[in-house]
Amino acid sequence: MFDFCADPDLLEGGRWLACYMSTPKHMMFYQSFGLVILLMLITAPIALGAGFLGALASRSHLAPLRWLGKGYTSIVRGVPDIAFFLFVPLALDQGLEYLRHKVKCPDWDAPIRQGSDFVVCAEAKLPLSSTPQAWHELYGVALAIVAFAFVFGAFAAFVLSGAMNAVPRAQLETAEAYGMSRAQVTRRILVPQMWIYALPGLSNLWMILIKATPLLFLLGVEDVVYWARELGGSKTSAYSYPHPDWRLWYFLALLVFYLGVTRLSEIAFGRLTRRLSRGQATAQGMKEVHKGAPA
Amino acid sequence: MSCIDTIQAYGLRSIGLGERLLPRADFTLCDQFVLIGSGMIWNLYFGLGALLLGFWASIAVALARNSEHWILRKPAEWFVFIFRGSPLFIQFFFFYALFTQLPRDGVPINLGVVQFTAETSWLTRAWGGALITLFLNTTAYAGEIFLGGLRSVPKGDLEAADAYGFSGWKKFRRITFPTMLRLAWPAYTNEAIFLFHATTLVYFSSFPARQQQGDALYYADYFASKTFNPFIPYPILAMYFILLTLAVVAIYGAIYRRLNRHLPSNQKRRIRFRPQLVR
Repeated sequence: MFDFCADPDLLEGGRWLACYMSTPKHMMFYQSFGLVILLMLITAPIALGAGFLGALASRSHLAPLRWLGKGYTSIVRGVPDIAFFLFVPLALDQGLEYLRHKVKCPDWDAPIRQGSDFVVCAEAKLPLSSTPQAWHELYGVALAIVAFAFVFGAFAAFVLSGAMNAVPRAQLETAEAYGMSRAQVTRRILVPQMWIYALPGLSNLWMILIKATPLLFLLGVEDVVYWARELGGSKTSAYSYPHPDWRLWYFLALLVFYLGVTRLSEIAFGRLTRRLSRGQATAQGMKEVHKGAPA
Repeated sequence: MSCIDTIQAYGLRSIGLGERLLPRADFTLCDQFVLIGSGMIWNLYFGLGALLLGFWASIAVALARNSEHWILRKPAEWFVFIFRGSPLFIQFFFFYALFTQLPRDGVPINLGVVQFTAETSWLTRAWGGALITLFLNTTAYAGEIFLGGLRSVPKGDLEAADAYGFSGWKKFRRITFPTMLRLAWPAYTNEAIFLFHATTLVYFSSFPARQQQGDALYYADYFASKTFNPFIPYPILAMYFILLTLAVVAIYGAIYRRLNRHLPSNQKRRIRFRPQLVR
């Protein structure tokens, strides 16, 4: 990175630190922060979508759909989320391979579970063993995202169905009196009005999502925790930058990073609440009206 | 090996009693039920320990946060912000790293009159260090909940207490504290449920499971990785945790009914299971 970093053994003090902090491995450490934020931004809309479908399903008039929606939310909430993070990727991987196996190798007669092995034909492997390494990693990350979306979708479904119930009955009855169908009431009245009621719950959910991202480490993703452990462990003089066990400081940096992200999110959600309150039939909405036109 | 034998051999495996070697092949359903159930001992230990210690500490934190003096309020605010704003998973890593940095043979403490050596090795073990981390974490979350309760104690109740000549400790003990507890209890129930869920993180963060003595998730993961079949151990784990959740709801519900027993029946609110607080 810097010119003076050519021979690390001769460096002292600030220069040593500057060189140490800019080694290629540290650059990957910094990139992993970006990966974490990217994963949060990808997962949040997927989870919100899953939650929206779950909330609609649990309000449905069809009993099986309603049971599905309610069962989904209550099972995910009753069981530790980390169990799902371990279960969903493995189960999904095996499920997909099993389906592909059924389609691609219909004349395969050996059992799929042989003792403690899960054997499918080579064409059914996901991703195929001939694909480059990068795809294997991407597949792993995608499974992790699905696992996150599965868990947080259930939480979001719970929050959103609470918000749907919180929209004043009178609003929906008025719409019905104007002759709107059930679908129209949902689309034109219920959904636009529910967000302000859902916002406190969703902001809470976003905080929870932020705080769940280090669990990616358990799924084998090379995230911030992985690099903090990797770089913080004590390095003997065989390395160019020997140091004792510094994991404490690396984890302290992670704590500060997460505190910063949650604090920023709090501020952002505070602004969003004020924005969405405008024109709503709530106490906060009335206050916003009195303040006059948007600034 | 019949199922009774399995229970005798592995029922208390997680705390180091019974058979030393874990089953290695030909896992029966009974093996999985018994061993994962045995791991629940640790989940119960961490959860109950942190709840019992954290209950009193969190009330102290709530009072400090409600205090007029900044010298009490500021540290409590920072404490709550740090523990609620960061992931429990990272907190485990951080505290483990911190505890392993302590000198191996204890810290000498000189109190002038007596001099003794504070043992530190127990802090690096899960039963000590992870319990302390969970305790600090739940104290922060429950402190926030009790602060909410404290702030929503009806003004009329406090004025009535003043009118009857209550003040200071007596007013707190007789009026403020019971009302705060009653108002905060539904939220505190959820905190307890999620604390039990959070105990599964202990052996998946940095605290090592010595001699394969782990919690329920540790054994569930053991079976899933050995059999490469997640569809049996994880549902068993889920069943145990749903039972635990139901037990928590039942016990906290009974306490809640007792806290509310003076209210007319139409004013009682039911506890609702809400996912407000996960870590």
